[in-house]
Amino acid sequence: MSGRRTLILGAGLAALFLVPALVSLVWTPHDVAAISVGDKFLPPSAAHPLGTDHLGRDLLSMLMAGGRTSLAVALVAVGIGVAAGVPLGLLAAAARGRLIDEIVMRGNDLVFAFPSLVIAILITAVWGPSAVNAILAIGIFNIPVFARMSRGAALSLWTLDFIRAAQVCGKGRARISAEHILPNILNLLIVQATIQFSLGILAEAALSYVGLGAQPPTPSWGRMLAEAQTLIYTQPMLAVLPGIAIVVTVLGLNLTGEGLRDLTDPRLRRVLP
Amino acid sequence: MPGYLASRLLSLILSLAVASLVIFAVIEVIPGDPAAFMLGLNARPDTVAALRAELGLEGTRPQRYLAWVGGMLTGDLGVSYTYRVPVAKLVADRLEVSLPLALMALALSTAIALPVGVFAAARRGRAADRLAMGLAQIGIALPNFWFAMLLALVFAVNLRWVSAGGFPGWEAGLLPALKALTLPAVALALPQAAILTRILRSSLIETLGQDYIRTARARGLSRGQALRRHALRNALIPVLTILGLQFAFLIAGAIVIERVFFLPGLGRLIFEGITQRDLIVVESVTMLLVATVIVVNFLVDLAYVWADPRLRRR
Repeated sequence: MSGRRTLILGAGLAALFLVPALVSLVWTPHDVAAISVGDKFLPPSAAHPLGTDHLGRDLLSMLMAGGRTSLAVALVAVGIGVAAGVPLGLLAAAARGRLIDEIVMRGNDLVFAFPSLVIAILITAVWGPSAVNAILAIGIFNIPVFARMSRGAALSLWTLDFIRAAQVCGKGRARISAEHILPNILNLLIVQATIQFSLGILAEAALSYVGLGAQPPTPSWGRMLAEAQTLIYTQPMLAVLPGIAIVVTVLGLNLTGEGLRDLTDPRLRRVLP
Repeated sequence: MPGYLASRLLSLILSLAVASLVIFAVIEVIPGDPAAFMLGLNARPDTVAALRAELGLEGTRPQRYLAWVGGMLTGDLGVSYTYRVPVAKLVADRLEVSLPLALMALALSTAIALPVGVFAAARRGRAADRLAMGLAQIGIALPNFWFAMLLALVFAVNLRWVSAGGFPGWEAGLLPALKALTLPAVALALPQAAILTRILRSSLIETLGQDYIRTARARGLSRGQALRRHALRNALIPVLTILGLQFAFLIAGAIVIERVFFLPGLGRLIFEGITQRDLIVVESVTMLLVATVIVVNFLVDLAYVWADPRLRRR
């Protein structure tokens, strides 16, 4: 598939659930917190296009609002990763080979040894479970990812002539990093951010599923799956729909990332799947 | 080589030391006295003091840190606040479930990824490759715990081939125990296999474009022979990195998957520890998990040198 087609397919798939998630900020068909046990397990109808869950909540509204949580958590977590990781990576690349580079890289390795689930466990042990903890856990996990990526990309740029020219002009390392390196790694950064965004949605779902993320009554795809688990034998749709939402969104974002990468750097197409 | 080994060893020890400091510091932040919490509001001060001594909560922070690390090094992970048994014993019991599960998943994902990756690379761009890569895309997007729920629905509930959860214990015999771990291992392995397949395929394609492969082909080796004898070993280097990284994800994944199948593994131990404020369990078990990841990555670094003799000169 060409980069353009992959991009369009991916963005279309991702939009399928992310656009309703955005709409849920201002409108949902029903109130997601409105419990009405008398209406539980209603089949799909005009009032409830996807039916209702075990507490009589509208499933469509829950799916829309659940996506909102995934979106917010993954987005802020990417923001944390970019805000802390990119400057660290640029700093390490500018000081390549020196002590500061070594310290940043060893720090990266150390954070890498803490899977986001373990970070979430530690944070939850201290402050109790919440969606904010999930953001922190995934955000901290993202920092070394962006630091490594930007260091690697910046290192290869530092050997190029136009950077030498900038140095000859008397520009300092910090200024060169900001004015010449950063704009040139922006493409890669956007691709990486898309990938981390999709990983963040997966991680948020897993954390909420095990109870370390969003807490009731905040709807989240992961929590919907946790609640549906005991009902899976009688009401399989409750467990199937949130899962499909996750798969389609993550697949769409991954394809978007790949399409973007192919469009910005066609050389990679040959090698990467 | 000895220099390389020494520097890797040093950084291994440093990483373990810093990781233990971080975990200790985080747990220290938690307000409240576990002994007072356990005994309730009406406990007499001397009973609380006695329990504090029993739990090893006496002394200054540096003293307690050193006691904890010293204990970890000699296999003493402390005494659980709620169960009043050594944490090491709790961990050993739970490892009987978690470790076989992680290893089964690792073996399964490698067993799937190796042939599929090689096959796709050899048929690059053709229909079979496209199909394999399309499936891999979906596999990567699949949350393993949801996949696990679907597997349980199909194979345990509808087909009744295996039970939907629980673990009979190894005492019940090898077959029932393995049967209980099969679905969890498959659920854990497939998404990982998808990642591994893609890495192996792209790594192989890159290697197959190298000059030495052309030389081998010119010497009269068939495509398959060149792939097996020359390309595969070189292509395995990036795969090793991912396998090391995947181990961390496998451990994390196992904790989540255990929840789906109600397995009494390390994950359940940690979650019980959090809800019952059994902090020594949380502290020691997270340290154990992080240490495992650090040590595995150290071993992966050594495996590189084995796979790529060029690195030995550095």
